[in-house]
Amino acid sequence: MLNRRHWLHALAAGALLVGAGPALAQGASGKVTVVTSFSKDVTDPIKKAFEKANPGLTLEVQNRNTNAGVKFVEETRSNPQSDLFWASAPDAFEVLKSKKLLQKYDLKVKGIPARVGSYPINDPDGFYFGFAASGYGIMWNERYLRANRIPEPKEWADLAKPVYHDHVSIASPARSGTTHLTLETILQGEGWEKGWATIKAMAGNFNNIAERSFGVPDAVNSGQVGIGIVIDFFAFSAQGAGFPVKFAYPSVTTVVPANVGVIAGAPNRAGAEAFIEFLLSPVGQEVLLEPTIRRLPVNPETYAKAPAGFPNPFKDANFQKMLHFDVDKSERRTAVVDTLFDQMITFQLADLKAVTKLMHEAEGLLAKKANPQAKAALDEARKLVSAVPVTETQAGSDTEIVGAFRGGADAKTRQAEFERRWAAFSKENYAKAKAKAEEAVKLAR
Amino acid sequence: MSAATDYSAKAAPAARQAVATPGQWLTIGAIVAFLALFLVIPVAMVILVAFQDPNTGAFTLVNFWDFARNEMFLRSFANSLYVSGMSVVWATIFALPLAYFTTRFEFRGAAIIQTLGVIPLIMPPFAGAIAMQLFFGRNGSVNLLLGDWFGINIPFMEGLNGVIFVQSVHYFPFILINLTASLRNIDRAMEEAAQNLGCSGSRLFRRIVFPLAMPGYVAGASLVFIKVFDDLATPLLLNVKDMLAPQAYLRITSIGLKDPMGYVISVVLIVFSVLSLFIATSATRNRDYATVQRGGGGLTKRPIGGLDLVMAWGTIGLILTLVLAPHFGLLLLSFSTVWSFSVLPDAYTTAHYARVVTEAGQYIWNTLLYATMAGLIGITIGTAISYIVLRTKVPGRQWLDYLASAALAVPGVVLGIGYLRAYYGVSLPSGQSVASLWIIIVIALAVRRLPYALRACMAAMQQISVSLEEAAENLGANKASTIRKIVVPLMTGGILAGFVTSFATAAVELSATMMLVQNTSDAPLAYGLYVFMQSPAGRGAGAALGIIAVLIVGISTYLSHALAERDRSAKAGR
Repeated sequence: MLNRRHWLHALAAGALLVGAGPALAQGASGKVTVVTSFSKDVTDPIKKAFEKANPGLTLEVQNRNTNAGVKFVEETRSNPQSDLFWASAPDAFEVLKSKKLLQKYDLKVKGIPARVGSYPINDPDGFYFGFAASGYGIMWNERYLRANRIPEPKEWADLAKPVYHDHVSIASPARSGTTHLTLETILQGEGWEKGWATIKAMAGNFNNIAERSFGVPDAVNSGQVGIGIVIDFFAFSAQGAGFPVKFAYPSVTTVVPANVGVIAGAPNRAGAEAFIEFLLSPVGQEVLLEPTIRRLPVNPETYAKAPAGFPNPFKDANFQKMLHFDVDKSERRTAVVDTLFDQMITFQLADLKAVTKLMHEAEGLLAKKANPQAKAALDEARKLVSAVPVTETQAGSDTEIVGAFRGGADAKTRQAEFERRWAAFSKENYAKAKAKAEEAVKLAR
Repeated sequence: MSAATDYSAKAAPAARQAVATPGQWLTIGAIVAFLALFLVIPVAMVILVAFQDPNTGAFTLVNFWDFARNEMFLRSFANSLYVSGMSVVWATIFALPLAYFTTRFEFRGAAIIQTLGVIPLIMPPFAGAIAMQLFFGRNGSVNLLLGDWFGINIPFMEGLNGVIFVQSVHYFPFILINLTASLRNIDRAMEEAAQNLGCSGSRLFRRIVFPLAMPGYVAGASLVFIKVFDDLATPLLLNVKDMLAPQAYLRITSIGLKDPMGYVISVVLIVFSVLSLFIATSATRNRDYATVQRGGGGLTKRPIGGLDLVMAWGTIGLILTLVLAPHFGLLLLSFSTVWSFSVLPDAYTTAHYARVVTEAGQYIWNTLLYATMAGLIGITIGTAISYIVLRTKVPGRQWLDYLASAALAVPGVVLGIGYLRAYYGVSLPSGQSVASLWIIIVIALAVRRLPYALRACMAAMQQISVSLEEAAENLGANKASTIRKIVVPLMTGGILAGFVTSFATAAVELSATMMLVQNTSDAPLAYGLYVFMQSPAGRGAGAALGIIAVLIVGISTYLSHALAERDRSAKAGR
């Protein structure tokens, strides 16, 4: 099958060569344009190695954040001038695939296993390919933690403790594909209700919610905040650059592949395919170990060359028990989860922080002196804070909600309408919870 | 207006017979076509969504109803108004002494102040807030020292006050530039007359000088107001999201192109910006600021000495230290190895400059080319519109002004998406898309910066008495040569101010550029800086690139200032 395809490809290419002279230049030479969310530190070494391995091809890098990149590919579909989409979040590729903005390709390279952790490395339909694995976790600035006498966090739930109040940062999931996956990992790992309770308990300790993924490691690196919820390579590459930061994978997490795919109608398709083959070749995989990149290769052989202490998702025990991540479920409710987060947390952060602080205070008082009445009030406040206006089933399949977020003629309600309702729901709950928490503090004193 | 001349703005055009000459009609046509193609149509293609039902696509106003009922949007709206207003107040406090000292006194530092005073404007968006955080942030140098010494932490950069702080430091040059240009155009005779009548000191300034400089002040202040109202980079970098512009940006770039609310907010932004411009122009309309005599223009310059000199330098030193803090921060960062949770960097290196020099040559050249072209387009159209609005009777001419100024209120992302929508499908014979040409970036920059040039040109023309042109025409000059030989030379200061503002700000523009850059080889410096700043190891290199940007624009500004001074003294000597 594979061979026959190749043969057909060759035939098609031959036909092109005969048919149109200029197409010759389009073969395996010329300019390959890639739309990517990866930074210069990642793209430069790869560009250098790729151009060395493929004389005649040059890599043209267009840097955009993932969402803007998807928009860009969408807006330019009438006359595509970029060849590849190259980014972390698998969701973005799902979106591109579902909008028919990607082109199918059959991989030639060998030695890449089917899965990393419990996550399939490549799209089963052959529209995009994992080239590096990444896990989500917690990074912190050692100097900051020492100066503020804060212990190192290990688990998501740790971040909800009073000692971390106002020291944590995250990027808004609507703006950062990687944060979205982190939240989705927690929601899938702990369940909808409990997951949101964990997320909101952590969120009560947030110092800020950044509007781009890199805003979080940037703030941690410079010491503006102590702790960030990030994708692993942000921490590894910061270490590579000499910053005093550390990173931990909590036990509820997952490794997912960062991907690359050919854009439908790519002007230099052969060049684009050559790039994918290169990325997955042993040479390409090895480039990922550079100090400024530090991503986990998907070729298990490459780890032999990794520096000491470098995580290996194919061997290390904690990666094996990581949870199975359901991409379909995640993709179905992406917009709902992101909007819930923004309406309940991002835009209500001041209120949420105020009530969290009171709850911490009550908790502290109760630890010193038990008081069942105060405890009841505190529990009630907690319940009010963690409440979610939408159930898991509604988020994934309620036709009214999903319709409002997808759009289309059959939708009855507008997205803005739901947003208003959810924001009002949270605001009211936080106000009530605040009263309860104040009551708890008063009783416990 | 005690100081006004006999000519009122209403009376002057009434003296003319024809509404406009054919040449003027042609100019109007060209301007309208340009604005239609590169502002109205692209923006309309985007904001149309605000008036569509998100589900059916039918025309509706329900989205505006959603806006009005949403607590967060209303809160954002109120916050935006508050922050913009307070920023104007603080920017005035920074700009007033600087403008006064440089125009009033024989002062060696004048050119330096004029140049250093513009530099805050040319701080590239990402770099500025990052550098401010390093000094004034929660764990910036100042707060770490305060914490060590007194155990306190002052939230300079938190919440709305942080935004006001950064914005007034960033945008006060708008007031400084326009106010200085205005002060320079005041006829010395006015001041002397007042002095002869026994007026002096602060009364002279309050009653004569400041009122005469009003067009420049209002031009600058309205720019500050609108810029702050529309700016999204600063609030976002300070993590303030409940303001209007960040809301529009967040919605458009995260929820999607179908979502109407982002565009509803854009419409609100545009309408409100036009409204504030309208208020600003009404405030200076129907009053005449023109003075006839064009001898040695500007206020009498006094030598400064003794205590005055010390006071002047003291004030200037204080203000410049504060407003240039981001640049010091960036400079330190560009030479530092690691700077993390410490008062000063751990160690210093020149490696970042070495890296940038080898990689950024193209960025620098592109920036100079694009910003110069954008500035030239801006002042050409700006001068033409000022002339049409102030010197002809063409019905609806004010709308040219409003239309061009509305560009100020169009968020860069909206303009960028609009260009892609309108022109991506249009191909050249070679198959290349029109939207992917680098000239599109230039046009986007020109349209976005046109309002700056326009404000400056307007202010300059308002100060020229129409009687000078009438004198020229009476002596047989036609319209075109009157404009060339009388109007434009007299406006030089204002036009230059307009060029410098649009050049300097275009050189660091990012939001529209972000959407439109198709090839790294076509990318300007700000884009390169953004790309560098996205990685831990790129921080220093990004800062180095930022310093290079500041230097380039600073030197260009200084040169144009020197050029203007030479031009002035040449004219005065004639």
